[in-house]
This record gives sequence, structure tokens and C-alpha cells, in this order.
Amino acid sequence: MIKRSHFSSKGLAYLLITPQVLVTLAFFYWPAVQGLVQSLMLSDPFGLKSQFVWFENFQRIFTDPLYLKSIGITLFFSLATAFISLAVGLFLGSMANRALRAKALLRTLLIWPYAVAPAISGILWLFLLHPSYGVVAYFLSEVIGIDWNPVLNGNDALFLVIIASAWKQISYNFVFFMAGLQAIPHSLVEAAAIDGAGPLRRFWVITFPLLSPTIFFLTVMNIIYAFFETFGVIHTVTQGGPGGATNTLVYKVYQDGFIGLNLGASAAQSLVLMVLIITITVLQFRYVEKKVQYTM
Amino acid sequence: MMVERTPVLDTLTYVFLLVGICVVGFPIFYALTAATLPLDKVVQVPMPLVPGDQFFVNLGAAWSEGHLGRQLVNSFIMASGITLGKITVSMFGAFSIVYFNYRFRTVAFATVFCTLMLPVEVRILPTYEMAANMFGPLQWLIDTLHLGAVVQWFTGNEFEVALEWSLLNSYTGLILPLVASATCTFLFRQFFLTIPEELCEAAKLDGASAMAFFWRILLPLSTTNIAALVVIEFVYGWNQYLWPLLITTTPEMTTAVIGLKDLIPQADDLPTWNVAMAGALLVMAPPVLVVLLMQRWFVKGLVEREK
Repeated sequence: MIKRSHFSSKGLAYLLITPQVLVTLAFFYWPAVQGLVQSLMLSDPFGLKSQFVWFENFQRIFTDPLYLKSIGITLFFSLATAFISLAVGLFLGSMANRALRAKALLRTLLIWPYAVAPAISGILWLFLLHPSYGVVAYFLSEVIGIDWNPVLNGNDALFLVIIASAWKQISYNFVFFMAGLQAIPHSLVEAAAIDGAGPLRRFWVITFPLLSPTIFFLTVMNIIYAFFETFGVIHTVTQGGPGGATNTLVYKVYQDGFIGLNLGASAAQSLVLMVLIITITVLQFRYVEKKVQYTM
Repeated sequence: MMVERTPVLDTLTYVFLLVGICVVGFPIFYALTAATLPLDKVVQVPMPLVPGDQFFVNLGAAWSEGHLGRQLVNSFIMASGITLGKITVSMFGAFSIVYFNYRFRTVAFATVFCTLMLPVEVRILPTYEMAANMFGPLQWLIDTLHLGAVVQWFTGNEFEVALEWSLLNSYTGLILPLVASATCTFLFRQFFLTIPEELCEAAKLDGASAMAFFWRILLPLSTTNIAALVVIEFVYGWNQYLWPLLITTTPEMTTAVIGLKDLIPQADDLPTWNVAMAGALLVMAPPVLVVLLMQRWFVKGLVEREK
């Protein structure tokens, strides 16, 4: 789309778009092409020799039990993180929307974890759930009686990174749910109340369906967050351990590529992630296009 | 809004909210308490929840251990650089796409927008290689065309081209790769499209040049959008993890969020969690303050992204 009334200086137009195009070419397209080429090559760790091997790298990663395990871990980790942060965000959002007073204060008190880096969230929860010193860990083992040890037990470690990742994301969801709830026409809620629907029924029959575009958008954003931005949590808290129990796909790319220097495998894994995120984006755009239908 | 009288539910609402705020705020409250305690209190199980008086001692220990002071400066430079760079680059880009008509407009548009959702995390290694030698593509071109051999044939001398420009351990390396973002350009484009046509027509009638229109009309109209993006991009830049981890190899050049990792007590160390918590609070303070102080713009900017 372009403005009906526009300027005609072509030189200036190219000059203005050049920085954006240059940076995009240098840091998106060239690396993407390089990644594609690398994923079809087998190189030695020092990058001296490489050999074209077609799809051998892909064949290898998809038959590698560690990679398949990592896919399962990532799916579970992302769904759990997204579900927890969405559920808590929606709950707090609808409660705050019900509150008649102090809305601004409530928002202020719930908004700030958004600004906490995932890695720092990881450090905070690492302390809270530390098997020897953490107060939540103390509560889990002494009061509930769980044999809690994220250093040795893979499931405990996975739980730890899920909580640390979800906690930080609650405020993001909260902000969107607050905005979405405020956009719901008051008259609909009133009409339902006159028809005798109680608050809970009104929530499920009116509010929840009308929020569905927001919920869909947030689900996608939360899954992308859990897939990619939680690298900091994993790196500070568990480094993928114990025994690969928290080795998510992005962390594995880093580990295989930078620490293991297995360039071909790392590139192939990157490509799988790229295809995945492109699919998600396309699906999201197709959905967004036909989103505005408030038929009930 | 009030639909009907539900005193019980209203009370419950506030109870739930209070519980929610306490649960969400607990990690920070706990970290703050731990940061004020001496070592022998922090290692008590459970830790006392009454603050002590060692806050500045612990803060000082976190500051001097490692390179936190220097790293905070690095974080600030990186976050501001990304914010400024992204907004400038994408505003000019969007201006070019919306207000000019030229042959490669659609191509430029498509090139940029294809990258809308591609985070740095999915192209880690090749982006690193690119940053390690910015002349990589040029070198590749020279090698493929055997330009070295051509020159050698002409001059008769041994000739080899080896270009190198590395961004490792530099502020440019920390900032530049993250400046490329289609999201901001897209937001500015959407905003520019809502600006009435009459403004541009009037400016042209008055004989204003394109850049005069940009500085005197478009920029003032965009201030709210810019303020919103400043908050979001500053937080984004400050909290980056993977990229600074790759592009910097020395503690002097890395960022505070990464440097914090050195403060976490390992199994054989003294369990100085009070120092670790003081450091964590120090490093999270700048973005948290930015979000709280510019809350109105932040909420607006965040919610805009859905559209």
C-alpha cells in the first residue's frame, strides 16, 4: 500500500530504505543461505574440510534419540509454560477487570515482571527452589513431602525451568487480557445479566468466546517465547541437564554448534526451527486475516 | 463496571487479586530480603523473612566481584543502541515504503517483511560467522569468481585476497545484528497509513521537501508510537542473552545479564546467595524502572503489536 499523495525523489527513497535492506540482507538472508548450505555439508570441527552430503545431517538428527527426546521435552516445556502463564494471566486479568477501584495500582503491581530478563527469572527461582537453601523447596519437601532435588532429578529440573519461564510471562499475558476484556461491549454482559446469567456463566458464554482472538494470539506468542527466548533460563539454571532433561531444541543447537562444534548437525537443527517458526507465522497470519467475525 | 450487586464475589475478587499479587511478587520480595541478610542468615532453612541491614554490603560485594560495573555500562550502551538504531532504521524504512513510489518498492517491502518472525535464535551459527567476518559475502564472491587468479594472471605476481572485519567483542557487534527488525518497520508502516492524505498534500502545496515533511509533520505525529517502542525495545535490548553470549568472549565486553551467572554459588563455593540476589536486583532495576515509569506508553505499545 502507498499513499495517494507521495513524493517523487527516487534517490532519497532508495537512500532511506538502504540501511534496513542492508542489515536485513547481512544478518538474515546471508546467514539463512549459509545455514542452508551448511546443513547439507559434513565438515570437520575446525572447518577445514567439508563435503557435500545431501540430507545426511537431517537423516542423522531425526534418527538421533537425543534429538527426538529434545523435541518431546521442548513440546512439553512450551505447552506447560504457555498454559501456566496464560491461565494465571487470564485469571488475574479478569479479576482486575472486575475490580472497581484501584485498577491502575493493580496493573502497576502486576506488570513489572515483564521487564525481568528470563535469565534473571531463572536465578530467582533457582534460589527459591534450591534443594538446600530455597524456601519453596523447603515447603515442597518438608510440608508436602516431595523428595525435591532439581540438581539430580530431571523432572524436578524441568519443573524448575517451566516455573521460572512462566512466571516472567504472566504480566505479558495479563496486559493483553486486560486490554481485551476492556474492549468487550458492556451491553452484551448487561443483556446476559438481565437474562439471568450469573457471573461465571457470563464469563464462559460471552467473555471467553469474545476473547478467543486474544487467546489465540497469546498462545502463539507464548509458544514462540517458550521455544526461543527461554534460552537464558536454561543456560543459567540447568545447562540442559541433568542428563539432558531440560535440553530444549534451541539449547541443543547452541550446544552442538558452539560447544560440540558439529556444524552440519547444528545447521540442520537451525533449519528445522526456522521451518517451524515460518509455519507458525503463516498460520497466524492466515488466522488473523479472517479473525474479525463476531458471529455468535 | 458494575452489572449487579455481588458483595461476596466482589470481596473474593480482591482476595484473589491480593493473593495473585503476592504470588507474582514473592520472588522479588524474597530476593530483596535475601539481599539484605548476612551469609549466616541466608543459609538458614527456612531463611528468615525479616530484612537485615547488609543490603549495601551485599550490593558492594556483587559490584566488585566480577565486572558488574563495566557490564552495566555495556548493557546500557547495547540497549540504547538497539533502541535508537531500530527506531531510526525502521522509521526511515517505513517512510520510504509508504511515501515514495519506485520500482523496487514492493521488492524491498517483501525482503524486509519475510523476516518478521525470525528470531536470532534460529540462525545462531551463520549469523555469528557473518559477524566474525563482515566481509564474508565479499570474500565468497571473490573466491567464487577466482578474482585472485585473474589479478595474478594480469600482474604475474602471487596474489591472494583475504578480507576481514570482525565484530566480535565490539559494541557494533552487540548492537548491529539486532537492529534488523521488521516488527518496528511494520508498526510504523501501519501508523503512517492512518495519517490523513491531506497532510502530505498540504505540505507539498506549501513546497515542503520530503525530508521537511518527515521532520516537521511525521516525526511529531509519531511521538507516542516512538515512546511506546522505546520502552519495549530498551527492555528487549537489555534482556538479550544468546547474542551477547556468542559475540563477546571477555568479561569486560559482555553484558550484565550474562555476567550475573558468575555470581551464582556453585556446589563447592560459599553459598553467597545474598550477593547473587543483590546482583540480580541491581541488574533487573533499569528495565523494571523504565517499564514502571513509562507504563502508559508501554501498555499501548505492547497491545498495538496484536493488530
